[in-house]
Amino acid sequence: MFVLRFERRAARRPEPGSRRAAGPRSGFTGRTGAFPCAARPESVPVPRYGLSLMTNRSPFGKILPRPMENQTLFEKVWDSHVVRSEPDCPTVLYIDLHLIHEVTSPQAFQSLRSRGLVVRRPDRTVATTDHIVPTTGQTYSITDPVAAKMVAALEKSCAEFGIRLYGIGRPEQGIVHVIGPELGFTQPGMTIVCGDSHTATHGAFGSLAFGIGTSEVEQVLATQCLLQRRPRTCEIRIDGSFKPGVTSKDIILALLAKIGVDGGTGHVFEYRGSTIRALNMDERMTICNMSIEGGARAGMIAPDDTTFEYLSGRPFAPKGLAWEEALAAWRKLESDAEARFDKTITMNASELEPMITYGTSPGMGIPVSGRIPEPGSLGDASQRDALAKALAYMDLKPGQPIAGRPIDTVFIGSCTNSRMTDLRQAARIFSGRRVSPGVRVLVVPGSRAIKSEAEAEGLDRVFRDAGAEWREPGCSMCIAMNGDELGPGQYCVSTSNRNFEGRQGKNGRTLLASPLTAAASAVAGAVADPRHYL
Amino acid sequence: MGLRTITSRMVALPYENVDTDQIIPARFLKTTERSGMGKLLFHDWRYDPAGNPRPDFILNRPEIAGAAILLAGNNFGCGSSREHAPWALADFGFRAIISTSFADIFRNNCLKNGILPVLVGRAVHQELFALAAADPNAEVTIDLEDQTLSHPNGLRAEFPIDAFSKKCLIEGVDDMGYLLGQLRRITEYEERLLK
Repeated sequence: MFVLRFERRAARRPEPGSRRAAGPRSGFTGRTGAFPCAARPESVPVPRYGLSLMTNRSPFGKILPRPMENQTLFEKVWDSHVVRSEPDCPTVLYIDLHLIHEVTSPQAFQSLRSRGLVVRRPDRTVATTDHIVPTTGQTYSITDPVAAKMVAALEKSCAEFGIRLYGIGRPEQGIVHVIGPELGFTQPGMTIVCGDSHTATHGAFGSLAFGIGTSEVEQVLATQCLLQRRPRTCEIRIDGSFKPGVTSKDIILALLAKIGVDGGTGHVFEYRGSTIRALNMDERMTICNMSIEGGARAGMIAPDDTTFEYLSGRPFAPKGLAWEEALAAWRKLESDAEARFDKTITMNASELEPMITYGTSPGMGIPVSGRIPEPGSLGDASQRDALAKALAYMDLKPGQPIAGRPIDTVFIGSCTNSRMTDLRQAARIFSGRRVSPGVRVLVVPGSRAIKSEAEAEGLDRVFRDAGAEWREPGCSMCIAMNGDELGPGQYCVSTSNRNFEGRQGKNGRTLLASPLTAAASAVAGAVADPRHYL
Repeated sequence: MGLRTITSRMVALPYENVDTDQIIPARFLKTTERSGMGKLLFHDWRYDPAGNPRPDFILNRPEIAGAAILLAGNNFGCGSSREHAPWALADFGFRAIISTSFADIFRNNCLKNGILPVLVGRAVHQELFALAAADPNAEVTIDLEDQTLSHPNGLRAEFPIDAFSKKCLIEGVDDMGYLLGQLRRITEYEERLLK
């Protein structure tokens, strides 16, 4: 066994293109070296690739899965990105696209600098500001000094390392998981990571996309690779067509209610079946987005003509001959007929009803026409305790119908449900109606481009006329870091992805639902069944 | 500062599906630092709205001072990928977390911060909670070399961990160096990809 030791070195920036050595870091160990696997120091200089903007080909190179039979979509993408795999070591997995934002990147850049490293592939790194940006006011003046510092830190790092930043004021700015696909960065067959668990969203394009921590953000910045253990595969087969009033959000909430919030741990989901095939890309993204809520590492959908039609002509999608080549490769990504999954879960979409959550975990969902479960009905003691604790926090009584529960706020937005399809659904309910007096409604588009498109369609007028607030793009009340938040004890029907305690503001209470259900509840002033408003 | 054995009292937190928003609420992610987060650990469970410690919450009890082992419920660390969660746990003093399952991203983040996730079966898990309830001073020993968890009363359980993570924890090194050792291969991969 070889033992590799990097010399410690004073933290200083090397000349661009020079060999970097590892220095001390500010993490737990303070040293880097002594690895269990055979590894030799490399003496080859690391190439710097310039920004390849707006070329007639994808800046991310060709993705060519090896032609093998009986492989799943996941296996094709994984196998084509293995840089190295040796016994007793995690796989070195190449990352095609690294998305970054202001909240989980500052410490990664600091550590990178302290080791004397630079960003290996700025051309494969894309940044935006979304988590802490205000959603009111055209000037975007950040009044929170810490938020301003974080945005400034990202701007500085992006300028220093040559990373594209779609920051405040840019026409491309928006929620990281909205703008990646919108600009055509997200493409089938890619590996995509971001320091954000909802990176799973991008799996809707047949990419392997997953959230990572800040240490991993630093590793991708430095090496464009990650150390990963191969997850297992789980097929989620959904067939049948929706009844009116049911949306893709209801599919994923129903799935989570069925499998629980740890049902997918250690697995990558692949959503398949006739229901999935009939969905547009916005709807597919909603489902893949919440894969993490089931504990899955990622959620994927094989690309098809719907995917290609969406991507065609996007600014960073391949063009001309490169598009034709990419298309030929992408068509091969589908799981082979004989491919085997480690697990299969089936659902019938035609049996689904609009769903809503009543508890403090996304798996605590019921049909909106249903009643809140009794803790006593659960066999497992710890599940009983969890339900009782959740109901105490939510101040909801077992056996009560959820419909009719008065609410204070409605939030329509987030990387789950802030795209045109979502806004059109909400507008359909709001059209010609008024928000119930006393209910605050925030409609927050996912990106500046969506905001413009919605305004061109007149959706902003529909929302405003109904009495809703039409905001600037950002994560807003999904994570409540920008001042958009619930007051203690308030109830909110939200199209976002998490109903954890305090998620939308300290002691706030979140009920997750579709844009249709959220809009219907806004009009009713209480949890409402959207089918009565269609 | 490698990790070989830990002998400590357990801090028992008998809740399922504890998400990283509970471990450290999002409003504390407004920072560019990674240190000093121990005081924010489980903030909204630990402090009342006025900011005073809730005396009944376990992290506020005097007897857990110095404890390095968290005994957690099933699916610990689900939700957000925020590494602030293990930063807060490590800063508080935890070196190991025992549970029946961990969320994937959280588990990775723990390993990158010198925290050992100890995976046990349901029976052992229940036994440990019973032990902690019966005797809050009961100390268990986690031996990473042997991959065992034990108590003088005879309780003994093995736990799994991959060889690479084990080595990194024992040596007290982070895995960036291994990745940096792969640069030639990464370059070769990129050249293939771009051809």
